[in-house]
Amino acid sequence: MDVFGSFALLLAFVCALYALIGGIAAIITRHPLLIKSTRQAGMATCILIFLATFSLEYLFFSDNFASAYVVSHSNRDLSTFYKVAALWSGQEGSLLFWSFLLSIYVLSVLVVYRNKNGELMPYVGVVLAGVQIFFLTLNNFVASPFKMLGNVSASGAIEPFVRMDGNGLNPLLQYPEMVIHPPNLYSGYTGFTIPFAFALAALLARYPGEKWIHLTRKWTMIAWCFQSCGILLGAHWAYAVLGWGGYWGWDPVENASLLPWLTGTAFLHSVMMQEKRGMMKVWNVWLVFTTFLLCILGTFLTRSGIVSSVHAFAQSSIGSWFVGFLGVILVVCLTAYIKNRDYLKSENRLDSVISRESSFLFNNLLFLVACIAVLSGTLFPVFSEWFTGNRISVGPPFFNKIMIPIGLALLFLTGVGPLLAWGRTSKESLKRNFGWPLLAGVVSAVITFAIGYRNIFSTTCLFLCGFVAWTIFLEFYRGAKVIAARSGMNLLFSAQELAMRNTRRYGGYVVHFGMVLIFIGLAGAAFNIDVQKTMNFGDSMKLGPYTLILQSADTKADKNYTAQRMIIEVLKDGKQSMLLYPEKRLFQGRDQASGTMVAIYSTLREDLYVVFAGQDNDTGLPVVHAFLNPLVKWIWFGGVWVVLGTLLALVPSRKVSLVFAATPEPAPAAAVPALNPTVTLREGHD
Amino acid sequence: MQTRAKFAVGITVIVASLSCLAWLGYSDSKTYYHTIAEYQALQGSARSHRMRLAGTVAPGSIRHAPGRVDFVLEEQGNTLPVSYVGSDPLPDTFVDKSQALVEGRPGDNGRFVAEHVQAKCASKYETAPGSDKPAAGSPTQQSSM
Repeated sequence: MDVFGSFALLLAFVCALYALIGGIAAIITRHPLLIKSTRQAGMATCILIFLATFSLEYLFFSDNFASAYVVSHSNRDLSTFYKVAALWSGQEGSLLFWSFLLSIYVLSVLVVYRNKNGELMPYVGVVLAGVQIFFLTLNNFVASPFKMLGNVSASGAIEPFVRMDGNGLNPLLQYPEMVIHPPNLYSGYTGFTIPFAFALAALLARYPGEKWIHLTRKWTMIAWCFQSCGILLGAHWAYAVLGWGGYWGWDPVENASLLPWLTGTAFLHSVMMQEKRGMMKVWNVWLVFTTFLLCILGTFLTRSGIVSSVHAFAQSSIGSWFVGFLGVILVVCLTAYIKNRDYLKSENRLDSVISRESSFLFNNLLFLVACIAVLSGTLFPVFSEWFTGNRISVGPPFFNKIMIPIGLALLFLTGVGPLLAWGRTSKESLKRNFGWPLLAGVVSAVITFAIGYRNIFSTTCLFLCGFVAWTIFLEFYRGAKVIAARSGMNLLFSAQELAMRNTRRYGGYVVHFGMVLIFIGLAGAAFNIDVQKTMNFGDSMKLGPYTLILQSADTKADKNYTAQRMIIEVLKDGKQSMLLYPEKRLFQGRDQASGTMVAIYSTLREDLYVVFAGQDNDTGLPVVHAFLNPLVKWIWFGGVWVVLGTLLALVPSRKVSLVFAATPEPAPAAAVPALNPTVTLREGHD
Repeated sequence: MQTRAKFAVGITVIVASLSCLAWLGYSDSKTYYHTIAEYQALQGSARSHRMRLAGTVAPGSIRHAPGRVDFVLEEQGNTLPVSYVGSDPLPDTFVDKSQALVEGRPGDNGRFVAEHVQAKCASKYETAPGSDKPAAGSPTQQSSM
């Protein structure tokens, strides 16, 4: 299977090369057969990459310990579930996995648009093939996952060598989220290749209008949704497995995943400016270019270890390839832009500071500043070494100082933006739209203040959460009321009908609501408390309303690990409440490899988070570290809403005339902020 | 005022105030990376910076004391006594001969006072990063963040 796999990869490389070179020839000659054959070469590339990926999985499932990659990342007793995940647990495999996910997108695009957009697709095919060639070069010639173990015999010949068992999977990865988190994040990274390819293709082809934005809208939303899930699942994994009591530490790899998300989110908003008003064309094209560059940079930071490694750990030679590729993309994008920039002229200009346009503008400004801040903070050690010779890093205080105000400002715009009219907004409409939401914000701030959550940032955050949630509620309520009056349906059904008529708009509101919930959770972080104590059996410690008593300990054996478990009785307000079992797992395969299983008792109000931190080396007694983290659950809960909202936005909007043949009016008037008659808006959903 | 001017003012205010915050955050948290040899050559105010040093834990040097853990880091023949005073338990990977990364400030009598320690067992893992999380990827365990 290893020979099959490496052969498939090599053939995929050849096909991709043909798709690129043949594609360029096809664009020049416009020969229909050439266009068709390069498209099919693109499809063949994808299928060959699938085959290679499946053959690597086969090596894992057949416990083939002649394969270097399988030896390093699996063992016989590893469960099936984690054998799937072992595919992307190392460098070579995760690069192949990148190619694999990219191929899913590429194949879908090539198949879906095979008979459409004839002007644009050859260009798209060429860009996609270019990206695939880069990754296939790595897969084939730099980091092949199909290397076999060998011994050099006395005669100088290389003999194959088979190990009895593998080293096993890194225990930190043996956790359910680790099976779904990387695929999500990588699907996000790879997914942004599609809007990038269309944007670059449209620029190269001088393809008229906003068509490329319409074509890529859904692809962008899919990539964004995966990216959001990936980030949240990663945060949850860090929370539940690393045992340090937090979910976000601003470390380089976390930041790497956040960067394209920030620009991607900015892009999702600013395209509306182009669709509606024909503005910000240059900006949009560069946002999507930047997002793609940041996806590659993210993969690079993760894979090369450039930031965390120089005075720390793992470094690899793969970095220079990525730097080269980033350079190539930048040069191609710049050239295309300079050559065809007259095609991106704006059709309108800003009329007023208090308008929908300006809210989008400030939204984009904040996302961009956030992105620059995170990027410069992450790469600070590299740049400071270049410029001053001293390697200096910045820590969480840097990121928190700048990102908390940005986050709050963005939350504010989340509430304000949708209520402002295009063009300019009158004072009356401001009063009408913002009175109740402001009151709701004040009420939520007062309530949380009374409960005891007193911190300037958190109170502001919760005030804004109340404000934004209420604006979203009002949007649904007003629209639903109009439909209810016309159709006689009850409000709940009307709200559903309303959402289905303009899924993009109302899906967007649902995503915003999810973000509100996430911000509520983030606000709780200001009130985390923790206690650590070396405990004998029968000892107790107090944490907020809880009392923890260490009752006893036991061991539990599984096929792949032995767990040492602390049995801790929890009293709440002096009353017996539950037992918690934080554990430490000692894994087979790698000696001394151990993992932590945190015991979490999670409620909407707070998480009781208990870690068995290890044994005190002097006394041998167990050390227990307990945290009380308020409101964390809201973050995961908000994540679910974000996904649901995106899914809603992906559903095509229902045609109103089909539902109400008698009332052909379009979207309900009250749901749309008052339009300024002097502003010309294009067709389409906002 | 012209609309354009209003926007210019708004944007300048936002960018300027965020830059200010960035500078404050930078001053709060900047950490210098040094080798042990460089560290020992530092003079004057450079010694008061927050810094991060790497080395190998000298075998048999780990001593637990109330409220702190003392050990010695070695790097290319240079040695540095360290006291870990952080509240978090040391990672499981922190043992004799493991590679450790310590973060903190120079203390009195030549000891380095570390608030954070990361460690990895020498030779237990391959050198390539594993997954897309640092703690998972490079087989680092973070004692605290």
